[in-house]
Formats: sequence, structure tokens, C-alpha cells
Amino acid sequence: MAMTVKFEKRLNPSVAMNVAVPLLSVLAAFLLGAVFLTLTDRDPVEVYETMFKGALGSRYGLSETIVKAIPLMLCALGISAAFRMQLWNIGAEGQFYMGAFAASALPLKFPDLPAILMLPGMLVLGCLAGGLWGLVPAVLRARWKVNEIITTLMLNYVAILWVDYLVYGPWKDPKGFNFPLSAKFSATAALPTFGDSRIHVGLLLAVLLAILFWIVFEKSRWGYEIKVIGSSEQAARYAGMDIRANVYKVMLLSGAVCGLAGMAEVSGIVGRLQPNLSPGYGYTAIIVAWISKLNPAAILVVAILFGALQVGGFFVQTTGVPASVASMLQGAVLFFVVGGEFLTKYRIVLSRKEVV
Amino acid sequence: MAKPLVQMRGIVKKFPGVVANDRVDLDIYAGEIHALLGENGSGKSTIMSVLAGLYKPDAGEILIDGTPFAFASPRDAIAAGVGMVYQHFKLVEPFTVAQNLQLGERQGSFLLSDVGIRAEIQKFEVRFGLAVDPDSPVWQLSVGQKQRVEIVRMLYRGSKVLILDEPTAVLTPQETAELFVNMRKMAAAGCAVVFITHKMNEVQAVADRVTVLRGGKVSGTMLCREVHAQQLVWLMVGREIALNAERCPRGICGSEVASLKNVKAFNDSGRTGLNDVTLSLRAGQIFGIAGVSGNGQKELAEVITGLRTVTAGTVEYLGEEVTNLPPVELIHRGISYVPEDRLGMGLVPGLDAVENMLLKSYKHPEFSSGWLINRRAAEAATAEIVRQYNVKLAGLSQPVRSMSGGNLQKLLLAREIAEHPKLIIVVYPARGLDVGATESIHKLLMELRDQGTSILLISEDLDELMKLSDRVGVMFGGRIVGNFAIEEVDLEEVGLLMMGLFRSEEERIHGDDR
Repeated sequence: MAMTVKFEKRLNPSVAMNVAVPLLSVLAAFLLGAVFLTLTDRDPVEVYETMFKGALGSRYGLSETIVKAIPLMLCALGISAAFRMQLWNIGAEGQFYMGAFAASALPLKFPDLPAILMLPGMLVLGCLAGGLWGLVPAVLRARWKVNEIITTLMLNYVAILWVDYLVYGPWKDPKGFNFPLSAKFSATAALPTFGDSRIHVGLLLAVLLAILFWIVFEKSRWGYEIKVIGSSEQAARYAGMDIRANVYKVMLLSGAVCGLAGMAEVSGIVGRLQPNLSPGYGYTAIIVAWISKLNPAAILVVAILFGALQVGGFFVQTTGVPASVASMLQGAVLFFVVGGEFLTKYRIVLSRKEVV
Repeated sequence: MAKPLVQMRGIVKKFPGVVANDRVDLDIYAGEIHALLGENGSGKSTIMSVLAGLYKPDAGEILIDGTPFAFASPRDAIAAGVGMVYQHFKLVEPFTVAQNLQLGERQGSFLLSDVGIRAEIQKFEVRFGLAVDPDSPVWQLSVGQKQRVEIVRMLYRGSKVLILDEPTAVLTPQETAELFVNMRKMAAAGCAVVFITHKMNEVQAVADRVTVLRGGKVSGTMLCREVHAQQLVWLMVGREIALNAERCPRGICGSEVASLKNVKAFNDSGRTGLNDVTLSLRAGQIFGIAGVSGNGQKELAEVITGLRTVTAGTVEYLGEEVTNLPPVELIHRGISYVPEDRLGMGLVPGLDAVENMLLKSYKHPEFSSGWLINRRAAEAATAEIVRQYNVKLAGLSQPVRSMSGGNLQKLLLAREIAEHPKLIIVVYPARGLDVGATESIHKLLMELRDQGTSILLISEDLDELMKLSDRVGVMFGGRIVGNFAIEEVDLEEVGLLMMGLFRSEEERIHGDDR
């Protein structure tokens, strides 16, 4: 007797499968993490308990989780716009930094601007800078077919180094004891927060954007165009759609939302421009967008999960476990969710066959 | 009769959701040409892929020379003497013919030697008239020559059973005749030749026996000389269909709708695609374009629809010059286009029926109020079209990817007709469709013509062109090399023009030599 394994395509993946498989995948990722923790002589139950209690078990932990989730939400939304058109914008990180830089220019150069101009001005500048940073690869791609994966990725380093240059050089706070930090923003340049927590209005912006994105991409004419172009460029050309213009528009939007994330971070959390603004939000957001299958509501939820992982990672450090456990779990979650997707599309059939 | 060379007994092959072969029995004898006839989806390609080792059957057995075999891969099948030539050739284009023959062979020595191959190739030329040049890179060969290389490759590997999957679909009439001669020589030498087709006249022209498949089952096997075409059709479709013995009534030509004057354009690889094409299309007329694909047909369709840049000459439409206007403008003015690539260009595989129906009308006020799309209105309109054109689909919200070729084509044509075109360009409309679907597509085109629409019909199927066209143009090498009123068409001449006059003369000389 021999067993043969076959993969059969499912005709119609059920709704229950679509929910259950990602959840089980996340569980599987934690199980894998547990194996590694056990191998390094840690008690996985204890480590996970610390992580969860830290990230979700207290008011402080919860608020920190949301704080980390906001830039993830915004960047993932931005990325999702580009991904819908099969434009692989890996440049959220750079667009985030450019947004942060441009938004910082206003409070640093015009600290006495009236409050009603300050925040809206920062918002516009942040979006504009992020958007333009996204437009550069768009133009290269639309005009000369330069692969946007490479260009967006490379522009990340440019943006990060540009911010470094500013805070080490021209924008360094003269009263900052030579630390690579800009001067502190005035109070008018800070995004309002909820109560006494660090959660800022960026959360509201993310939720509003998610709703707007859902309407635009699922219900609007423009969303329909993006869908067609993303599914088949040839069909879009055939239907008379302007692909080049849409590449520009989508990358502008994508970059602008990532730029907004950068603006919200400097304005709502940091209060100045500094290096290492982001612990890789722009990259983690790619995972968030992908796991969410570009669905805006799912992006909000998954961003919170990943925010919690990050905060949990800080907490386990107190027990002597490296924070990189969190990064490992993030990777494992992506790995299992993508693997799990295969199971929603195919069924495994084991069949016994007589050996001839 | 002697013992069969190949016996297939009770072969069952299932794919998710369909039974492609349902207890199929098939005997193939050495020295016969065996035609496998059936509509699309009748399981004829599947049963042959099982025999060629590409698919494993879910049940049943295969005996060759009385010995049971279970093929794990095409390599096993080839070792047992079964070789298949697929519709899409499996040749390495940059390699020479000799190198292609060497591929996949277990080599005795470290260094490759093609001395043996040359001798073998020579042998096949002498025995079967399969002339191929061992040193030609494959990409330089014509489709007919590539097919010959595939056949030679299978013979070289020792195939006693040669399976040809719709071999004539890509050939000119002359090449087809030549192929048939070669097939007879191979059969005479003791090979079994199985060929898959859905063309009745080919069965009668070349086959000794014919097996008809319908819905995955064998509906009959018989000797060709004892069977009538009408009988075969009945076995194939399970109902009687009027063979296109009579031509459809001709259209009444109206005024000129569109014209091309000395149009030139490049093809995708930057070479000359259209060379000095002049053409006049009239209302209520079907202008057929004959030609082997790749001779400028696609480029012709695309310059009229604005998808390809015209580098010289002018395109006029309804009395105005429209050269190089953007596609969207031409769509608005009433030019519809049913492209060769149904799924991918004409329709988007991953989108559902409603979204596909919207492809060209999503900006119409009835389907989008302001910037939002009115899905409900679009659904109603799609449901109406699906009903009117009798399109079969799993659901309006299912991706169209899973629909059959005939239904896809109906949906596509219905969408283009719904735009009320004054000119419609239709490329290979019936390619890959079964008899029933072809019939309904043809009916739609004739109705459209009778309503006064000008139709440019690009096809490789001469029967189809003769049946529908009012004028026939022949394309070769990016030029219109012939332009006839239907009454003046001489098929022999069209066939020769399709191959280019120059080449045809050369062939003729060669033909005399043999």
C-alpha cells in the first residue's frame, strides 16, 4: 500500500475557511515560536504571558499597542492602494521619513505660526512630500519601465539618510548638547491626544481613511479602473483606460498616506525630528497589508496585532528574552498565513493506491 | 483484424468538478490513421494526454502490445513507444533542430555528438518525406516546419504510436495536404497515427477509423468509409445540426464606414507589422481577412482601435480622420473590438461577469452616478444580456475565469454589441469553440451585419470566412496580398496567397521534384 498526496483546487473556498485559516495560521506561528523558545530553555507559556499582559493587559500597554499600530495602519493603507494595481511599493519607509521631514519643516522654520495653520500645514506638507517621493518611482516605471520594487526600496535609504543629514547638520538643535535631534516643536505643532494617553488623532485619521479607501476601491469608478488595471493591464488598455495617469495617481496617493504616517509620528509622538523615527514601520506594514489581503478593515485589526507584538517584544526584554522574539513571530505569522492561503485554495487529498 | 497495438480499457479521469473521461475504451491498431472527433470539452485531448503519460488515469488500464503499462510521466510513455505532438510546440526556440532532438536523451558520452541524429533525420526524410534542416535554429522555422520537427522528434525517440493534437489548426491548406501525405506514409510503415480534430472534412480526407467522443464518453467508433458526415455530427453533438452546405445570405453593402490608406505600423518586436495596407470597410458588410496568424492581422485590428501607433498613412472613420486617436475616443465613436485574446484582453479573468460587462461602459451615466458605480443597475443590465444571449455562467458574481470558451465569447460579443457599434472588429471568433457555440456566434455576427454594422472578420478558418464574408482579403507579411468579392474567391489561390506568392512558387517546384 502506498499513500499519495494530491492537491485539488477548491472550487469555492468557504467564508468560514477564509476566517478560520488565518486565525489558525497565527496560532501555528506562535507554536513555532514556542519550539524555539523551548530550545533556548525558556518557558514559552511564561514568555507569551508576559508579552500579552504587557501589550494588552494594562491601560498603558494597550495605549502603547495602539500608538505603534497607528503608523502601521497608515502605511499599510498607503501600501494597499499601490498593491491593488500590482504596483509593488516597498518604499513606505522612505515615504514615511519624507513625510516626517516635510512636516517638521513648518514648526522648525515658522514656530510662531498660528495653531489653525500649523497642523493643517504640516499635514499637507507631510502628504505632499510622501506623495512626491512615491511619484519618482512611478514616473520611472510608467515612462521607462523601471522596476518600482528596486527604486522604491532604494529611495528608502535616500530618505532615511536625508533625515540623518538634517538632524546631524543644518537642523540640529543648537541647545541640544550636540545630540542629533532637531529643536522641540512648539505646542501648536502637536496632534491632539485622547485623554492623558499617548494615543493621538492619527488613529481617527486611519479609521476615516480606511472607510474612505473601502468606498473608493470597492464602489467608485476610479476604484474600478484600478481593479481592472491591477487584474489585466492589457484589458485596461483595450478598454481605453489611461494606465500611465493611474500609475501616477496611485503612487501619489500611496506615498501621501505613508507620508501622513510620518507626519503623525513626529507631530503626535516624538515632537521633533530625529533619526530612527521608525523601527521599520514601512516594512512591517507590507506584511500587514499582505496578510489583510488589502482589505482596509482587516488592515486596522492586523495592525493592532502587529503593534501588540512589537510592544510585547519590549516587555519580554525585562525577563531576559531578546525583543527580536517579536520580529521572529512577525515573520512566522506572515509565513504561516501565506502558507495557510494555499490551504484555502486547495484541498489535500490522501489516497491509498494499490501498487501495480 | 490483428491484435490492437494500444488498448485503453475503462479509462476514467476526473478533474475537480468534472469527469473528463468516463470509462473510455479505445483500440488503436498499427498501420491505421485513427481520428478522434469531438466538441470542445468532450475529453479527446484528455484521453490522449492519459495515453501520452501526461495525466494519470483515476481508473482503467492501458495495454501496449498486450502488456499493461502505468505511465508515471511522458518519459515512460515515450519509452513504451507513445509520442504526442501538442498544439503548443515544446521546442527550445534558440536551439537548432538537431539540438532539440537531442534534448531529454540520455547521452552515452560526456560530449554531445549529433552524427547519429543527422543520419536519423536523413532517414525520416527519405522514408516519410519529413524534410527538416538539422542546423536551422527553431525560431527561424515556419509553424508547419516546427510541427514537422516535433513529429521527427517523436519518431526519433522510437514512437510507434504518434498522437497529433489538432495538428491542422495552425497550418495553411497546402501544409495540411502535405501533413496528410506524411501521415499516410507513417501509417503505411506500420505506425499508428492518432489525430485529434473537430473538422469533419479532415476525418474523411485522411482517417481510416474514427472515434467520436461526447461528454467524456465514447459515442461511437467506426470505419471512415462506412460513415456519413451527418452521422458523425449527430454522434458529436447528440443532435442534428445543418452542416454549412449553403452559404448564408449576403449582406447589402452600404456606404463606407472606415478606410485605411497606405497604413504602416510596427509589430511588438519593432519590425514591420503592417506594410502599406489599404482597405475599405462598408456598412452592412462582413470583410473577411484570411491569413496564417502572425502576418499582421493583430496589428491591423490594433491600428483601427487605436491600440497601436500608425507610423505612416491614414485611418478614416465615418468621414473623419482618426489616425492615432486614443482608444477611448474610438470606443466612444462606436468602434468595437473582439480581440483574439478573449480572457486577458477582452475579458478580465479575475473579475466577475458584472464587472466585465462594465469594462467599456463604466462611465456611462446609467451605471455610475457621479463618481460611484451603480452596481445594482449594472447587475440588472448584465442579467438581461446573459438571458438574451443565453450565456451560461455559475453566477453573476463569480470570476469569469471558470466559464467555458463558448460562453466567454458570447459574453464578450454581447458586451461589444451592447455598445451599438458602427464598426466591429472580430478576431478568430470561433477559435476553440465547439460546433454549437460556433453556430451561435456566427448567427450573432450575421444579425449584426443585417442591422448595418460594418464587420471586419479576421480568421484562419477558411470555411468560416467563406460562410460569412462578403469580401475576403488575404494578409501575408503585413500586406493585403489579395482582395476579392466573395463570388470571385478561388480557395486554391487564397491558400497560395496565404503562404506568399513567392514561397508558393518555390513549394510548387519542390513539389514536382518529389
